[in-house]
Amino acid sequence: MALTGRALLILGLAVAVFGACASLYGVRTGRREWVECGRRSVYTLAGLMTLAFVILEAAFLRSDFSFNVVAGHSSTTTPTFYKMTAPWASQEGSLLLWVWLLSLWSSLVLFLTRGKVREIVPYATAILLGFGTFFLSLTVFYANPFATTSNPPAEGAGLDPLLLHPSMMIHPPMLYSGYTLLTIPFAFAVGALITGRLRSEWIAVVRRFALAAWLFLGIGILLGARWSYTELGWGGYWAWDPVENAALMPWLCITAFIHSIMIQEKRGMLKVWNASLVLGSATLAIIGTFLVRSGVLDSIHAFGASTLGVPFVTLIAVMVGGSIGLVVWRRPQLRSDSQLDSLLSREAVFLFQNVVLVAMVFVVFWVTFFPLISEAVTGTKVSVGPPAFRPFIVPLALVLVLLSGIGPIIAWRRVTAANLSRNFTIPVLVGLTTLAVLIVAGGGTSSRPLALIMFGLGAFVIATVVQEIWRGVSARRAMTRDPIPMALVQLIRRNRRRYGGYIVHAGLAVLLIGVAASSSFQHSSDVTLAPGQHAVVNGYTIRYVRPLASATSQKISFGAVLDVSKGGKHVTTLTTTRGFYPAQDPTLGIIGRFFNGSSDSNVGLRAGITKDIWTVINPDLGPLQGLITKGDRLFAADESQIMSRAAKVSTAQTQQSLNALFAERDTAISGLVARFKSHPWSVNFLLIVSPLVTWIWLGALIIAFGGLIALWPVPAFARRRAIARAGAARRGSPAVAARETA
Amino acid sequence: MDPSRKRAIRLVVALTAALLLASALVYTSFAAGRDEVTASQLLQKAKPGKSYILAGTVLAGSVHHQGTTLLFSVRDPKQKLAVPVRYTGIVPDPFAEGRGVLVTVSEHGSQWIGEQNSLTTKCPSKYQAASSSY
Amino acid sequence: MLQFLIVLAILAVVVIVVTGPLRSASRPSASVAEAAPGEETAEIADLEAAREAKYREIRDAELDHSTGKLSDADFEALERTLRAEAVEILHALDRARNE
Repeated sequence: MALTGRALLILGLAVAVFGACASLYGVRTGRREWVECGRRSVYTLAGLMTLAFVILEAAFLRSDFSFNVVAGHSSTTTPTFYKMTAPWASQEGSLLLWVWLLSLWSSLVLFLTRGKVREIVPYATAILLGFGTFFLSLTVFYANPFATTSNPPAEGAGLDPLLLHPSMMIHPPMLYSGYTLLTIPFAFAVGALITGRLRSEWIAVVRRFALAAWLFLGIGILLGARWSYTELGWGGYWAWDPVENAALMPWLCITAFIHSIMIQEKRGMLKVWNASLVLGSATLAIIGTFLVRSGVLDSIHAFGASTLGVPFVTLIAVMVGGSIGLVVWRRPQLRSDSQLDSLLSREAVFLFQNVVLVAMVFVVFWVTFFPLISEAVTGTKVSVGPPAFRPFIVPLALVLVLLSGIGPIIAWRRVTAANLSRNFTIPVLVGLTTLAVLIVAGGGTSSRPLALIMFGLGAFVIATVVQEIWRGVSARRAMTRDPIPMALVQLIRRNRRRYGGYIVHAGLAVLLIGVAASSSFQHSSDVTLAPGQHAVVNGYTIRYVRPLASATSQKISFGAVLDVSKGGKHVTTLTTTRGFYPAQDPTLGIIGRFFNGSSDSNVGLRAGITKDIWTVINPDLGPLQGLITKGDRLFAADESQIMSRAAKVSTAQTQQSLNALFAERDTAISGLVARFKSHPWSVNFLLIVSPLVTWIWLGALIIAFGGLIALWPVPAFARRRAIARAGAARRGSPAVAARETA
Repeated sequence: MDPSRKRAIRLVVALTAALLLASALVYTSFAAGRDEVTASQLLQKAKPGKSYILAGTVLAGSVHHQGTTLLFSVRDPKQKLAVPVRYTGIVPDPFAEGRGVLVTVSEHGSQWIGEQNSLTTKCPSKYQAASSSY
Repeated sequence: MLQFLIVLAILAVVVIVVTGPLRSASRPSASVAEAAPGEETAEIADLEAAREAKYREIRDAELDHSTGKLSDADFEALERTLRAEAVEILHALDRARNE
């Protein structure tokens, strides 16, 4: 089936090229049938890519090692769930995933816009198929997922143990969905700019996709953070790693866009901003896709240098140059319809949030790419670590949270004293009171003023959201006399964008409170303990109760059971282990290779609403080293003895002797491993007590919930009702019609 | 004040703020940055006492544990040489021979000492097998 | 061999589907008739989108008023303006549709 798969890719490439050209030809010559060909090409591409992906999945599921990617990333012992998700652990498979998702979203947007924005759609189709062409070319010419070998190995390399985690397998599809969804607004923005049709319609189409991209990308980023915290042995959730930053930048950009677009709808302002933000988000998404694969920046993620650098840089250059050119060319049509009346107005707040978010993107971009910039300028690669981000990002984040609270409650056009007193009094009081209480509770002084300010601002934002929802419910009940729960549900249902957005703001406040607390008030301790010994971290006594050890032919693990207590009372029991997977390299020794291969940590975590207690064990295998080396020698001698006799005896007998040897080896390894339990030695533990980490995940869930509400389409029957009433409005009052439109 | 003058003032303020931010960034980057070097560059131009970020792959057969110290050599991506490093601190999960690593080192006497907890490892390369031996 | 046949079959389907519009549009009258209404419908679509946006604005203003972000005086002034703008859009829509 590999040949079929490859044929599908080549066919897809041809269809994409044809469709792009057909769309452009059709729209330039006014011949609709060619545009329709372009549309059909998109649907066809989606079909072809689905087939190709199914073929690849099937190969993984049946462990067909004649496929190079299957041999390289899966094995017969890989659990089925991970066999299904392994395709995107490879460069080739992930590129196919990218094109597949692109073709699906493109089909969706063409389906939803059939009959609308007729002028723009052909250009958008051409752009989307252009992206498809690019990524398909990569799979056809550079990184073929269907490459086969005529000599398939008996067993595959298997998935890296670090990736054997559910979050880790859902994280790429989420991120890719985010990235590919960003190409839709990009394509429509380019189409709108080319045709000069820059009024309301393209925005209505594009907004939902921008919001969906925002949601998926955000979930992908947070899944990565959670994986990092719960699976990796460093105890953090964000490292300002180049690839983390590469996903964060388009997310910040599209966040700015989904807010700023409201101003364009209401007042016809910020058009240049919006065009630039949309174009910028997609460009940053492509830069992010490129960063992960190119090895251009050293990162815990960067998957090694590959030959894909040049095509990507070319695409990025085209996108940047084209975007700038288009915006400059259409400058006259992008002029604002109205002016900013006052700096104290909702319009101004939205403008400020644009500025803050873009400033954040700029900071992240600069520090991430600094090694390359410095190399270009001075010849040396200078690396700036995570501490460089903090002095910039923290103040910007504080301003952003403040704006997210002010924005929803400040008046349009110009704020008045009445508006201020009516809307700001309670939230500001809540914020200030929270701050005061925390300062007092902390004993009057604090070494972490910024974190306290973040708590105060978070409280302020949450108070604004509660106030808004309360007032909305009251207003509704004044009209309909519904009971509170029903009024709440109806209120949110009929104003999804507004209240979905408010819920997101509340979630963001919760999340940033968690971030501020866990980064500023963390206590960590790196200790070496023997069984029975204990350490004290932030008032918690953590005692090493007993060692754990186990060995199978797949994995050796050493661990510990720890008892956590506070003030004499038992709090929790933590278990942490470190697993070692056998290396394939025979030069490491017959016994040694089981102890020197890749390893992963199993974190001992007790998450709570107020505090997380986190630990990981770093066992030092030094005490076993002597025995391991001895074992290597003995077994190597035995093995060479068997092999030297092999010529004189039957193959079956040699195999039998080898099997017996391997059995003895396994017994020896088990014995070595068991020494950790019987003769335990001191081992190193990293102990961290971190407040409010759970708030980060809670905040993330609230954000996702709010995002879904904002994204949820208005039910079809309500739309029909609205159109019917709108017909009545042409004869009656527009205000009445508007009220009925849900 | 008429609107166009207001807008001009706002533009100037905004640009000034942007310029200040940019300058602060540039200054911080160059001041706080550490040179990232390969093994060959390190051996060529390192000054004793100054720390550098050494980038390369872990040389096959060079990994040893000596109590709590980890000994390994980082090989140059292009040339046939490697720098031996003594490192204490957290060893990231993906660390293994043949993996790409970054570690902050400085020269003490004749040895390269890795700064505690400064070792980071690239995820196992799915896109290209890193060369781990000469 | 089987794979070759499968690929050939897929190729045939793809060509038929993608070139469908070209074959059915070989009647010359079809494309000419499309061109003129094409431009008009774009303008109508734009106006309809503007109308929806204006209705939404009116509703938002009402909600802002009932939750206290707009004073009575401000709200009345704003509603007058928005209603006038909505009527303008509806008139323009009527004109466009009747052309």
